[in-house]
Amino acid sequence: MLTIKDLQAKVEDKDILKGLNLDIKPGEIHAIMGPNGAGKSTLGNVLSGREGYEVTGGSAELEGKDLLDLDPEERARLGLFLAFQYPVEIPGVSNLEFLKASVDSVRAAQGKEPLDSVSFLKLARAKCKLVDLDQSFLKRGVNEGFSGGEKKRNEIMQMMLLEPKLCILDETDSGLDIDALQVVAEGVNSLRDPNRSFIIVTHYQRLLDYIVPDFVHVLANGKIVKSGGKELALELEEKGYAWLEDAAENGAS
Amino acid sequence: MTDFHKGLLAVNDENLSKESSSLAAIATLNKSGKESFLQQEIPTRKTEAWKFTSLFGFTSNEEGYGRLAASYDAAGLDALTTIPALDAQRLVFVNGQFSAELSSKESVANVVRFSEANEAQQAIIADNLGTAIEQEKHIFAALNNATTTDGVLVHVGKNENLKTNIQITHITTAQANPFTVQARILIVLETGAEATIVEHFASNSDEQNCFVNAITEAKVGPNARLNHYRLQLMQEGSIQIGGVHVDLDRDANYDSFQLGLGAKIVRNDINVNHNVGGSHCELVGVYLPQNKQLIDFHSNIEHKIANCTTKEVFRGIMADKSKAVFNGRIHIHPDAQKTLAELSNKNLLLSNDATINTKPELEIYADDVRCAHGATIAQLDEQARFYLRSRGISAAEADVMLSFGFINELLENLELDAVRNLIRPILAQRFGRDEELMQHIG
Ligand SMILES: Nc1ncnc2c1ncn2[C@@H]1O[C@H](COP(=O)(O)OP(=O)(O)OP(=O)(O)O)[C@@H](O)[C@H]1O
Ligand SMILES: [Mg+2]
Repeated sequence: MLTIKDLQAKVEDKDILKGLNLDIKPGEIHAIMGPNGAGKSTLGNVLSGREGYEVTGGSAELEGKDLLDLDPEERARLGLFLAFQYPVEIPGVSNLEFLKASVDSVRAAQGKEPLDSVSFLKLARAKCKLVDLDQSFLKRGVNEGFSGGEKKRNEIMQMMLLEPKLCILDETDSGLDIDALQVVAEGVNSLRDPNRSFIIVTHYQRLLDYIVPDFVHVLANGKIVKSGGKELALELEEKGYAWLEDAAENGAS
Repeated sequence: MTDFHKGLLAVNDENLSKESSSLAAIATLNKSGKESFLQQEIPTRKTEAWKFTSLFGFTSNEEGYGRLAASYDAAGLDALTTIPALDAQRLVFVNGQFSAELSSKESVANVVRFSEANEAQQAIIADNLGTAIEQEKHIFAALNNATTTDGVLVHVGKNENLKTNIQITHITTAQANPFTVQARILIVLETGAEATIVEHFASNSDEQNCFVNAITEAKVGPNARLNHYRLQLMQEGSIQIGGVHVDLDRDANYDSFQLGLGAKIVRNDINVNHNVGGSHCELVGVYLPQNKQLIDFHSNIEHKIANCTTKEVFRGIMADKSKAVFNGRIHIHPDAQKTLAELSNKNLLLSNDATINTKPELEIYADDVRCAHGATIAQLDEQARFYLRSRGISAAEADVMLSFGFINELLENLELDAVRNLIRPILAQRFGRDEELMQHIG
């Protein structure tokens, strides 16, 4: 599904990703953990094509297609989805119109007709229900005045509408109450599919009780410094990251 | 007297000879207006209040605008003078002349043309007409005073809530010769009264060569509330000048929405006077010039007394070679303690050839006040743009959606859905000149 080789990237002349490797097969869930400032969000931004993130080396391919040369919208149309750590508020643009524009363009790329407004509204309402957001949120501006948890639910709703191939969830669990955490987890689990993969960036092992990952990676100082099964998350919870960062600096991994 | 002065006053002679039954109050206004008008110089680029708005195309027009339109044909104007789904008492003027045909059949006692006013209404006109206007500061208001022969009075009595919306539409049509329309509205709300008035300007051709000078005066009594919409939707041929002059009594409320879309040269002066205390004024405005249009909003809010608030938000998007001018003056007098005043003006330029001159002017002579102002030339928000694109929306469509949103944000709070629904599709067309790009907005 996703193959990242020796990925290096910088922001404002600062090297952030320093040779990152990751291979994700269809149907797999990979959790990425790691200290603040390690480069986790940067990885998501680089993969989704945000301006200002300069790739200085390496490659990233989605189903064999080179991602790094594409515009953000082209990547999304290929099936890449990033649930943002900090979703943006866009007053004046209605959530519903935004969602429809998004779904229409992804469908168009798949050679599908746009949905008529009535069917779309129905679909959007159904997804609202699944993430436990009141329908009135469709009428409001995109994320405008949404609480932290509501913004995250809105991200998951978008993911459910777009049915992407590769979903990257950047700390979608941060700031969520326990019920919302379940909602997010159920959202992800309902989309689990042999042809869909997930990257779950999180600081908390708790989310991984609900969304059981196939692999857990530690990203520190711009690289994956350790990979393991789901038990690695428990170990990290206990020991923190210091032992791994020391190991990384000494050249081991 | 210059040719300019003479030319514009010529309308008056033509009018007065035609309508001999002028009210005494109007005759008095005409006289003082003429004196004031003749004392003022034609605005040039050296006139401070007209620094950025050249009237050259207007003052140098050799044919002049000093005549009335010959005639009009109401056929085909119905759609242009209608605001769909607006439940309103409608008065329509074509080229300045009242059209019974295009107006609502039934009448509302609160609304009357000056020329039809009964004795009580004539007294109200006599007491109020011209009193909210400082004509010596506004040459075109003086001109309107000098040459107006008729107008519309909206009068709402004590504690009356006028549930019927009032729509006053001026439409101009293409004529062989340049012509002038002097439009005049007087709104008088007594204590505790409430009314919603929609002024609407349209035209049926972008070839026409006319000058519309529209002056609206409002006297908002104690505890009264005026909801005022002023929608300029003319095509791009004409010149429209004019403005709104509002006197606020104790605890009065003035809520207004201004839309600047039409005409070749537009100049609007919005003057609000907080005269007695406790009054509130909320001004929202949107301007969207395109091609070679010039739209100029000059607002001047006088806080003469304590405990009043002003909230003013104007946004504009300039396309092509168009130009906009925004000048927002808030004058807080020494007695105006506890004033709360906010002014925000944000602008987006869609082309390198478009221009905006924006200037907030806060003049504060009291010490215990809270004021904030900001005037910016904004860019589309990069974060928002990326957010949309990361969801598969093309960069071009994202720009259209964000530009639309920039203005739409100010439409969301409008009380009248019909006005919002009228404007949104027009807005959508302004940004998305490509069908594909506008399918998700409006
Ligand atoms: N736009 C930017 N401008 C400047 N520095 C940036 C920018 N984006 C990221 N960085 C820097 O890059 C480093 C990695 O940031 P990143 O957001 O990827 O960390 P993270 O692993 O997601 O951390 P957290 O767990 O706190 O979310 C940080 O030092 C950060 O300050
Ligand atoms: Mg992060």
